[in-house]
Amino acid sequence: MILEINNVSFSYGSIGVLRDVRFSVSPGEVLAILGPNGAGKTTLLKCINAMLRPETGSVLVEGHEVLRLAPSDIARKVGYVAQQSEPARLTVFDAVLMGRRPHIRWKVSERDLMVVDAALKRLGLDSLALRYIDQLSGGEFQKVNIARALVQEPSLLLLDEPTSSLDLKNQIEILSLIRRVVCSHRIAAVMTAHDINSALRHAHKILFLKDGMVFAVCGSRDVTAETVEAVYGVRVEIHHVGSIPLVVPLDGQGE
Amino acid sequence: MHFDDGQIPEEYTRYIGRKIAVILAGVAVLLVLLVVSVSLGSMSIPLLDVVRTLAGRSVSERLDIIILNIRLPQALTAVAAGAGLAVSGAVMQSVLRNPLGSPFTLGLSHAAAFGAALAVMILGAGTMTSSNAGAVHISSPYTTTGIAFFFCLANAGVIIAVSRLRRSTAEVMVLTGVALGALFTAGTMFLQYFADDMQLAAMVFWTFGDTARASWSELGAIAGVTLLLSLFFQYNSWNYNAIDAGDETARGLGVRVDRVRLLGMLATSLLTAVIVAFLGIIGFVGLVCPHMVRRVIGGDMRFLVPASLVTGAVLLLASDTVARLLLAPHVLPVSVLTAFLGAPVFVALIVRGGRR
Repeated sequence: MILEINNVSFSYGSIGVLRDVRFSVSPGEVLAILGPNGAGKTTLLKCINAMLRPETGSVLVEGHEVLRLAPSDIARKVGYVAQQSEPARLTVFDAVLMGRRPHIRWKVSERDLMVVDAALKRLGLDSLALRYIDQLSGGEFQKVNIARALVQEPSLLLLDEPTSSLDLKNQIEILSLIRRVVCSHRIAAVMTAHDINSALRHAHKILFLKDGMVFAVCGSRDVTAETVEAVYGVRVEIHHVGSIPLVVPLDGQGE
Repeated sequence: MHFDDGQIPEEYTRYIGRKIAVILAGVAVLLVLLVVSVSLGSMSIPLLDVVRTLAGRSVSERLDIIILNIRLPQALTAVAAGAGLAVSGAVMQSVLRNPLGSPFTLGLSHAAAFGAALAVMILGAGTMTSSNAGAVHISSPYTTTGIAFFFCLANAGVIIAVSRLRRSTAEVMVLTGVALGALFTAGTMFLQYFADDMQLAAMVFWTFGDTARASWSELGAIAGVTLLLSLFFQYNSWNYNAIDAGDETARGLGVRVDRVRLLGMLATSLLTAVIVAFLGIIGFVGLVCPHMVRRVIGGDMRFLVPASLVTGAVLLLASDTVARLLLAPHVLPVSVLTAFLGAPVFVALIVRGGRR
């Protein structure tokens, strides 16, 4: 197991957000957290790398209790791609090199440069290396953010709605990229998602969060219409296109 | 993870080399300018004599006195203060994630001026020793600095508190700074109204930022603080880069964002307070320099910090030299000139939408 979460609860003041959340993720797996707005998806993600501190429970990454590690130690194990990142006036190379920050003190080492170089090549960004990131398209910029998280050399990748502002082509490209990297490096990824169909298509496992509790965790091929209906309160049918499940809402058509 | 198939990217190494070359060129310009600045004045000194005297080979006793006791301290003060103000601006713009951050626009200078006026008034820390503009004497400069620092800190605290409120935008934070600046200006005016002639003169002359005020010991304090804090800023440059990418991204990289921001504001406040307390208000250097530098070498704080130091030093030394010569034999305080220089640039930044 790369990630094991047990009994995690979290609240903002008196408002409970997460209750007794437990699940685990194995190497080579992408898990998508789905649920209605306000179900606690982003909160859960931030509890995993201790950006928010759960009140109870434990978060184990490769057997280490994350809540007891220093921030830069966590950053060497867990990469985080925020929902919003600001394009500063940095080159692509420097923006990705920043991901080595948990490993750098005063001086950038040759290995740091080599790791960044390799990551840029793997994501097809090497031709843009010296371009400023405020001149990139949305898809390219998101790849930079993912590359930055990858050069942290984490065993776990957290992504907060990685495709929320991207067009269809970039969505597919980014999500299959994540899946490919996770499989080839035997790391794990946890991402929050809004688009249930793209999550079913690209994630191995789905975690449904409802009212701060885990409603169901299952393989993406095993999601049932009943589960989706119970979580979102919308009547749906599940069709299979090839082996890919497709959720089709039944309400709200043709009015 | 296995990323061992990478190579040292030559193109990137060359790009970094170019940045270092730009900074070294700036240092060279600064050194030349320093010699030129020392040679110019009410009495022109041949460049060669300046170099000889600076190298420790005395040309004449009179030149020794002019160069080593008058012109060199003033020139080096301009260098240290310009460097300190510019690097403060660069760091503030980064930790506040706000392109309009600077000691001047965020009201820190005004807060320090109020603190200094308070010290002059209440503690009798300063008196005017003659009617010449340069002759204000702050009798206990460290008390004045301390009180100026305290008010800088209070000002910074309010700005941090506002910036941590949700949805606070660049505009909100700058406006907070402007409001605080106005508040402290009002406070200073209040003190001035009740001050006697001597105190009033001391307060007013004090606010004209002027590098002629510093002697070797004050120069030492300014240079020392600038140097130490610049090392601190340089050490934190990756943290500042990370914060530039957004607070959450920075946290994901293991940066203790709140602590870095707080310490950054504290350090820039201290630096500003020391400079302002000894020299008075010198505006716009801190705001304009980082933007000029960013245009040329980009926003990477690893290079923005040293490049801002050099550019600020060059800019203030050049302004100071021009200010000494412009209306000769009258000597203009450098702050008047930097305001004339900086204001149009400030307006240009607003027109361009304040985007970095």
